[in-house]
Amino acid sequence: MQLNRDALLQAYRRMRTIREFEERLHIENRTGEIAGFTHLYAGQEAVAVGVCEHLTDKDWIASTHRGHGHCIAKGCDVGGMMKEIYGRADGLCKGKGGSMHIADLDKGMLGANAIVGGGPPIAVGAAIAAKLAGEGHVAVSFTGDGGSNQGTVLEALNMAAVLKVPKIFVFENNGYSEHTGAAYALAGQDLGRRVEGFGIPVFRADGFDFFSVYEAMRQALEVSRTGGGPAAVYATCTRYFGHFEGDPQNYRAKGEVEKFREESDCLKGFRARVTEAGLIDAATLDAIDAEVLGEIDAATVAAKSAAPPVPADVLTDVYISY
Amino acid sequence: MPVITLREALNEALHLEMARDPRVIVLGEDVSGGAGGTSGQRDAAGGIFGVTKGLIHKFGDGRVIDTPISESCIIGAANGAALAGLRPVAELMFADFVGVAMDQIFNQAAKFRYMFGGKARTPLVIRMSFGAGMNCAAQHSQTIYPFMTAVPGLKVVVPSNPYDAKGLLLTAIRDDDPVVFFEHKALYSRKGEVPEGDYAIPFGEAALVREGEHATIVALGRMVPFAEKALEKLNADGITCDLIDPRTTSPLDEETILESVSNTGRLVVVDESPPRCSVASDIAAIVAQKGFRDLKAPIQIVTAPHTPVPFARELERAYVPGPAQIEAAVRKVLADG
Ligand SMILES: Cc1ncc(C[n+]2csc(CCOP(=O)(O)OP(=O)(O)O)c2C)c(N)n1
Ligand SMILES: [Mg+2]
Repeated sequence: MQLNRDALLQAYRRMRTIREFEERLHIENRTGEIAGFTHLYAGQEAVAVGVCEHLTDKDWIASTHRGHGHCIAKGCDVGGMMKEIYGRADGLCKGKGGSMHIADLDKGMLGANAIVGGGPPIAVGAAIAAKLAGEGHVAVSFTGDGGSNQGTVLEALNMAAVLKVPKIFVFENNGYSEHTGAAYALAGQDLGRRVEGFGIPVFRADGFDFFSVYEAMRQALEVSRTGGGPAAVYATCTRYFGHFEGDPQNYRAKGEVEKFREESDCLKGFRARVTEAGLIDAATLDAIDAEVLGEIDAATVAAKSAAPPVPADVLTDVYISY
Repeated sequence: MPVITLREALNEALHLEMARDPRVIVLGEDVSGGAGGTSGQRDAAGGIFGVTKGLIHKFGDGRVIDTPISESCIIGAANGAALAGLRPVAELMFADFVGVAMDQIFNQAAKFRYMFGGKARTPLVIRMSFGAGMNCAAQHSQTIYPFMTAVPGLKVVVPSNPYDAKGLLLTAIRDDDPVVFFEHKALYSRKGEVPEGDYAIPFGEAALVREGEHATIVALGRMVPFAEKALEKLNADGITCDLIDPRTTSPLDEETILESVSNTGRLVVVDESPPRCSVASDIAAIVAQKGFRDLKAPIQIVTAPHTPVPFARELERAYVPGPAQIEAAVRKVLADG
């Protein structure tokens, strides 16, 4: 394990921040204040953080409809994100995008994406730019088990391999695409083998385990940052909430999520690992938990009372009006 | 007559036609749902808006096909199935996803009949939800029907109420050409009287929703109930209008529109799309070309602005044309001549 104490604390804080952000949104969604679709990332924190802890602001990521975790892991401002989800004028995208379109280009965050399969080709382009810049930066796309069936994703895999660009494909198999199981929709089941078919090395990870993802991403970067072309991280995980907020989840066995929460939770696993190894004591982690809770509460309170955009803002950020 | 929602009306049409014609199949993402899930429950979704609910239990997974997320192949497969003798009803969930499937829609389906010298029949329906009003943001809220209307070889249906939705869907499935069927997501719960049995509404026949003398309003989809709202206010001031719902934008019932304009002399066209190359600008152009001498005032169009659809409630409300803008446009054509 190459992570020092500070790096471990930061990774834990980021995972906890994602968790509390999503748990809070799950509660707040019931008030009816939040408009539109909200897809929560809780349960998958180890993937976003295990991947993004390796990245700098100069590396790019392209996210999905389930983008809050990727955004937080890449360093997007949590207060600005919360305001965006509440549709506020000073949200990260001025209230124009909402949950499915949070972007922060200064942080190397190319945007959440409401078109499944929209991100990977975009990340191929960012990888072309990174290759030309020659500074060792990479572009990363996140794709679900469902998204992996989209033609655009297969095109991106092939093209990244042909062009030998520094592009890392992160696949998050959480078992479901909307109301349909990966057991049905994912031909061949082992997505890793599909990716290997393109000649792209695949590093498999336990998506419930930060350390496993972190190590897989380290290996992928060893390929991509050194001119070896694309690589992939394939993580299996689960989502704790419905596909979107309000999903009754009839397709899921009773108790499935509770069992994952009990037995495989990434935060619990991280805590056990670092405390048992004597690297960090429980009190330090408890203090982080409390701080994060306070931060999320403050972000929520601020978002609720922030000013909405004014109608005239509809016509800004365009280059022509008719 | 039973009063049901537009969602239920569409569902009835699918049940009726699948029972009547064994060649009809339904395919798309989560049209049933639950396949490969751990609860073992099929029909866990019945379509993300519930339109295809119950079909799998009656017609089985051979005819009600849950697909992976692969829109290009969903429409491509529907094209092939149609050429091979089936009558597929493909669902694209959100109209915005035509972007992923565009080639199969406009280079393939739309072209077969003509390009193959009239030999091919492509009895295909592509259903999709469209429109703003639910804060689904820029990639889940567009109208899209203007693009489809512009393509020779496609028929385009935009129902505004449950009665029309059922009758037009039955016609769409029985039609031998590709039909793109637009369902406004904010109208799924709109209720109306719908006969239980089988009836078909022909394409290219507009509905005269209201009769009046001072102006003609042409409106589509959700803009129809908005125009009715605007008319309540206008009527109170003694202003009456013909309100025409074309129901299909291709073929378009030009005759009904031109005849109405010849009586009223004034035209307001209402379309939820951005203004350029919209159905509003198209109908305005047709009337300017063919009904110019009947006009007493410049035509008004009421549309969304030339921007993507914004997310925040305040912005989306400002984006979507509403009764107030329709009312103002009618008053303007009256003031202008
Ligand atoms: C092109 C396109 N098709 C369909 C959808 C609707 N949709 C949104 S998320 C989703 C499922 C995605 O599943 P997966 O890729 O596994 O990601 P997860 O939701 O599990 O994070 C679907 C079908 C969409 N947004 N875009
Ligand atoms: Mg998934």
